[in-house]
Amino acid sequence: MHEHDVELTVNGEQRRGRVEARTTLADFLRDHLGLTGTHLACEHGVCGACTVLVDGDAVRSCLLFAVQSDGAQVTTIEGIGPAPGELGPVQRAFMECHGLQCGFCTAGLVVSVTAFLDEHPSPDPSAIIDGLSGNLCRCTGYQGIVAAVRRATELRRESHAAGGAA
Amino acid sequence: MTAGAIASVAGAGRFVGQSVQRREDPRLLTGAGTYVDDVSVPGMLHAAFVRSHVAAGVITQLEVDAAGALDGVVAVLTAADLNRSAGSMQPTIQLHDPANAPLRPLADGDVRFVGEPVALVVARSRAIAEDGCDLVVLDIDPTVPVLTADAALEPGAPLVHRERTSNLAQEQAVLLPQYDAAKAAATHVVRETFSQHRQTPTPMETRGIVAIARPASGELHCHLSSQNPHEARLVISRATGVPEHLVRVTARDVGGGFGQKFLLQREEVVVALAAHRIGRTIKWIEDRRENLIASTHARVDRTTCEVALDAGGNILGAFVDELEDAGAFPVGAAGGAAGAVGAFFPGPYRIPALSWIARAAWTNTCPRGAYRGPWMMETIAREQLIDATARAIGMDPLELRRRNVIGDDELPYTTPMGMTYEAITPAETLEQAARSIGYDEFRSEQRRAFDAHGLLLGIGLSLYVEPCAMGSMDPLGTETATVRVQPSGTVIVSLGSGSHGQGLETTMAQVVADELGIDLDQVIVLQGDTDVAPYGRGTGGSASAIIGANACRAASAVVRERACEIAAHLMEAAPVDLEIVGGEIRVKGTPARAIAWTEVARVAYHETARLGPDMRRGLEATESYTAPPATFANACHACTVEIDPATGVVRILRYVVSEDCGRMINPMIVDGQIAGGVAQGIGGALYEHVVYDDAGNPLTTTFMDYLIPTAAEIPEIEIHHIETPANNPGGHKGVGEGGAIGSPAAVFNAVADALALVGATVTRQPLGPRQVLDALAAVGR
Repeated sequence: MHEHDVELTVNGEQRRGRVEARTTLADFLRDHLGLTGTHLACEHGVCGACTVLVDGDAVRSCLLFAVQSDGAQVTTIEGIGPAPGELGPVQRAFMECHGLQCGFCTAGLVVSVTAFLDEHPSPDPSAIIDGLSGNLCRCTGYQGIVAAVRRATELRRESHAAGGAA
Repeated sequence: MTAGAIASVAGAGRFVGQSVQRREDPRLLTGAGTYVDDVSVPGMLHAAFVRSHVAAGVITQLEVDAAGALDGVVAVLTAADLNRSAGSMQPTIQLHDPANAPLRPLADGDVRFVGEPVALVVARSRAIAEDGCDLVVLDIDPTVPVLTADAALEPGAPLVHRERTSNLAQEQAVLLPQYDAAKAAATHVVRETFSQHRQTPTPMETRGIVAIARPASGELHCHLSSQNPHEARLVISRATGVPEHLVRVTARDVGGGFGQKFLLQREEVVVALAAHRIGRTIKWIEDRRENLIASTHARVDRTTCEVALDAGGNILGAFVDELEDAGAFPVGAAGGAAGAVGAFFPGPYRIPALSWIARAAWTNTCPRGAYRGPWMMETIAREQLIDATARAIGMDPLELRRRNVIGDDELPYTTPMGMTYEAITPAETLEQAARSIGYDEFRSEQRRAFDAHGLLLGIGLSLYVEPCAMGSMDPLGTETATVRVQPSGTVIVSLGSGSHGQGLETTMAQVVADELGIDLDQVIVLQGDTDVAPYGRGTGGSASAIIGANACRAASAVVRERACEIAAHLMEAAPVDLEIVGGEIRVKGTPARAIAWTEVARVAYHETARLGPDMRRGLEATESYTAPPATFANACHACTVEIDPATGVVRILRYVVSEDCGRMINPMIVDGQIAGGVAQGIGGALYEHVVYDDAGNPLTTTFMDYLIPTAAEIPEIEIHHIETPANNPGGHKGVGEGGAIGSPAAVFNAVADALALVGATVTRQPLGPRQVLDALAAVGR
């Protein structure tokens, strides 16, 4: 099958690959770049588990072909924290509030919530529910996740006040 | 001398009982978890299945040459290649049950449900394997399928399994004259039939396997998404013929299971057989469509139940007739859970006489498998019958429950089926839930809102008693832990559990750190790997807190005893005078006479000359714990709803749980388990529904059709605890399944209560807009 060269920036690093046209961004990240933190749970854009940031927007990487993301800036769960092994405010909030159990949907939620809070730094309760409604979680009953979004808004505010990066 | 007599642990309770943050989280929050699809091995091949597109039929053509010729395809395997040489695929607990469905690796000659695996294409990549599947020519001559348990049991119904003489998978009955006498003496007899519909656990991570064959050594190492690695190893060993000690099963991070990953299923067996046969490493990851149509389905029960009462509303006896659809190849029990529905039906109530019949039937549908509370139909039928009875005899359902719920003063209480309840609190949870949701106030508000505005508000209660960690059912009642102190003093705990979201790496470490009087970060828990853990029965059945924690406690006690013997020898003190405080073993009352835990560990391994000649070197222990025949947890769920009569949409207004899971190890994790279970129950009652058409084709094959709830559908869940210690060293009870068991009937009863305002009735789930509108239309609304 005909292959294409792609070049994109992933978590701040320039990455290149050669892919079939049918290769999704999710498969490219996982299989070509070894970034297995992005998970596939439905592969048709419903569950949100594979969400990554593409040029700052939350995008379902199972619905985007790798060739479509040529030249883009991509951030995955591996790059969402301040430094390798460190937790950012959204990640810390998920830990504090028990916003994850099996952890499979978690990467997509952390990325989605990060993008959501970038746009809505002080969401009201109904905005939080709206913001979460594109991600499925089968373990938590969403209680810890909703609490984590509330907590993340506080942590981000504190972090901004302290002059740190969000 | 027992360990407890030697040294008390001053730090006990420093961690147990605390909402300690989870050790699992940092890796899972940074994308550093290792789920089965994250495992890659050099030279690894990929597999995809060709599946039946017909519910029942004869295979007239299966042509694989074109697929085999595709560039990149390594092998195409069918029943002719794999089935003859395969050993038993039956799970250990039913290995010798003659009533089993005739399991088989790949469909052979005929097909028995849509989605049944027919061939396996192995290729250089998953994409090529799927291309290869498209080139396999599969022709099936359809026959008439049986799609419901009723149809399956009709005289002359086509057989699902030609190896069997009927479609009756299971039949049990306990018919006692006491019930007939109770019924004859009763003032009221209320009989109802309730149905629960087809659902599926559908964990966010689908199933999968990476089967690594090593022909030179004969080893077969399988990475799985599994709740139960040791059982998977046994099945793979029997199926492939590779001896048990040469099979290794590893399940590192597991993305949910809810029962679906407790017993090994056929696809994993087929891939293991294929890897063993061709001597290569093969990965197969189930996709969501496969998961929804062919993994396991659950529920699909119909229960006719009857209750006999005296004039005061006191229950004299009950009768249950349970029929369940077991699908074509039920996973984990010959039929399903039908017998448990009958036996456990009395639940939290004083029901002195009971008769029951339970049947399960094979059908040409996806196999039935365990799903969080596999026999929950006992709670659904009983709790819905209580509400129906209350309406029938003109008594409030809370009052009817109060009259019949087993009180503290009646314990221990033995049910007609011989189960003895000791430390349960159904009456207390009933009152706590009723109070918390404001039951009486809601009743007034409901009446006022209906009279003034025609609003349809409803309130529902649901009580249950759940038997957890059945000690009498080998191997389900036993767990074994190894507690190994390293020369540095850090501790490795290994357990045969299969945590898949429950946070056992955290909770078991809490237990061990408390028992050894050391810091939590000095303890690591390894599980999910047959090569690192003693034999264990996996995680499922609301058991790990009971058997896992108490096994950890037992092994820790031995380690503590040995550590104190070493310390006593080094300090020339008597072991009985020692205590462990903050990482030191010291003489009670003389804090200056102390020795560091780390020094004891070092001496045990590296300075053994300091030990007495007869003292044991090293510092580790392996101990087992076997639970009593059953440990009972209980809860009451209360829920209020509003029905929109124009759209039929049910909105949950409030949701309250009052539960007793005994002594909690980590309340945060307990609440998480309950909330997750409640969400699944709400999903099941209102939204989730696996649908087949009349020919047995599944219509709900994506998450656009099979609707698991989002954050928008799940209300805030208010959880209250009553902690009554169970009869085990830690006082724990199970909590994994309860949320899911209690919730469907609470939601159903609330909807039925609202509909009763206009005289409408429901007896079936789900209660989606269509069903609610139909119920309203039936009474002219």
